[in-house]
Amino acid sequence: MTVEEKKKATYTVPVGPIHPALKEPIRLALTIDGEEVVDTDVFAGQVHRGIEWIGMNRNNPIQTIYLAERICGICNICHPFSYILAVEQAAGIVPPPRADYIRAITAEMERIHSHLLWAGVAAHEIGFDTIFYLAWQVREEVMDLIEYVTGNRVTKAIFQIGGVRRDVTEEQLPRIRQSLDYYKSIFDKLRKVFLEDKTIQMRTRNVGILKKEDALKLLTCGPSGRASGVPKDVRQDQPYAAYADFDIKAITPDILTGTVVGDVYDRIIVRLLEVKQSIEIIEQCLEQMPDGPILAQPKTAALLKALTKAEGEGVGRAEAPRGEVIHYVRLEADRETLATWKVRAPTYVNLMCVPTILKGMQIADVPIAFASLDPCMSCTNRVVITDRATSRESVMDYEELHRLSVEKTKELAQ
Amino acid sequence: MGKLTPQAIIDSFAEELGDGFFSGSVHEREVGVMKNKFRSLWIEVKKSAFRDAVEHICRLQEYPHLAIISSSDLGAEVELIYHFTIYYGEHLQELSLGLRVKLPKNELSIPTITDLIPGALFTERETQEMIGVAVVGIPDNRRLFLPEDFPEGVYPWRNDDKGIPKDMLRVLPGREPK
Repeated sequence: MTVEEKKKATYTVPVGPIHPALKEPIRLALTIDGEEVVDTDVFAGQVHRGIEWIGMNRNNPIQTIYLAERICGICNICHPFSYILAVEQAAGIVPPPRADYIRAITAEMERIHSHLLWAGVAAHEIGFDTIFYLAWQVREEVMDLIEYVTGNRVTKAIFQIGGVRRDVTEEQLPRIRQSLDYYKSIFDKLRKVFLEDKTIQMRTRNVGILKKEDALKLLTCGPSGRASGVPKDVRQDQPYAAYADFDIKAITPDILTGTVVGDVYDRIIVRLLEVKQSIEIIEQCLEQMPDGPILAQPKTAALLKALTKAEGEGVGRAEAPRGEVIHYVRLEADRETLATWKVRAPTYVNLMCVPTILKGMQIADVPIAFASLDPCMSCTNRVVITDRATSRESVMDYEELHRLSVEKTKELAQ
Repeated sequence: MGKLTPQAIIDSFAEELGDGFFSGSVHEREVGVMKNKFRSLWIEVKKSAFRDAVEHICRLQEYPHLAIISSSDLGAEVELIYHFTIYYGEHLQELSLGLRVKLPKNELSIPTITDLIPGALFTERETQEMIGVAVVGIPDNRRLFLPEDFPEGVYPWRNDDKGIPKDMLRVLPGREPK
């Protein structure tokens, strides 16, 4: 070891795995030099539940819709959405157009609630709890709307192969429009709070930068990729359901600021503008929604029989709040379960850019930078710092890490 | 290279790979009220031509998006499909490209593509642990999702004797595993 290397003794800081109360657990091992992060290693799999195995060995294709819904508590529209798209393609089922529109409406409501939830979490990570409460209070409106339209706040169970299980009736429209108007009326306030606040700017500008080239190489998708200037959005590139009828543009931060930095601030811009875009899409859907049936095959037993006989394969892609979800399904004739089922959630690929994003950052910036990807696992509850040089070990818990982040905000605000 | 039509892409694969090219097909699907179409391509190649095929995709599109590798146990062989998308960024222009390669059970290995697409690492690691296909030259050979104490030589997505044995399944009391 040369003298130069000796000076740069690094420490390893494992972060997680996690508090069971929040989202999904994950463990990060941060190699640090002083306050600076040099390298990161990601350990996934703490909550691998073998869901694909259950779909291939236990459930029939209709039961698997509800299993797909339980892959994630926040994205429980987009998983069944891309799953049924894949099955419909494999079995040659065409859903009625009205169902396509209802599907798009529910998916956009999910995007609004997910982005607002993220905005709250991000504010909390930098110690701005007033905004955290504000964002989550604002989010309640869309949660009520989701319950009103689908019958449930979380697992909506509205999807069926070949359509949807619940119609949007004429009487429901005023209530839906009322919620959309509410969001339009407070949008400017939200924009001011998140984009013009000095403290937020100081904590998020030039933090956690992901360059466009890195995003492309590491296959980063969704708002995290778009914030780095990758104009990729399934609703634009390969539109499914009602999205094919609208001209949807992928939102990149240069729309607002004229430049792409690819930092946390840009990720806020993208998500905020996407809330507005979602409201516009729902309005368009309500205006243009065709009349007609909502199911291609209303009898479940007949549908199941057709699926058991079907043979083929299909790929379903949907734009989840966090990026592209893809399901691959292969059906074999006379097989009760799916022959192959492969699910890819957006966080799967977005985790690969974590080492790039965290490199060269301070420990106090780790919570907000990691959370800015909106990984389905943003809580880091326990941190062990190992001093490699002296083998001294100290434990830093999530509270401590959070305190560091809050302190930094306070220092900057002074 | 400018944007090619789906059929021209298949022809270019046939020309580029020669003997290594098996088959290619285009699927179109109409969506929505306006019946706009989106298209997907399926291309099957021999294992020996697999690397050339991925290199060819990288020529068709700088930084192609690799969504996932799906793997199926077909009995005598294991089928891998590399789900790519190319030509993204414009309304309705994107193409899904499924690159299919079949591997006989006695020769389960595939070269890595992480040198061409660094982001392929996670899905290659998952393919190794879940279906037992060795990825030759993978820069990180660790497991991705399976725990460290999971037995060696058991691959959850296999349908043969290397799949999950019945005694590993936990079922409710009084129930038989399916």
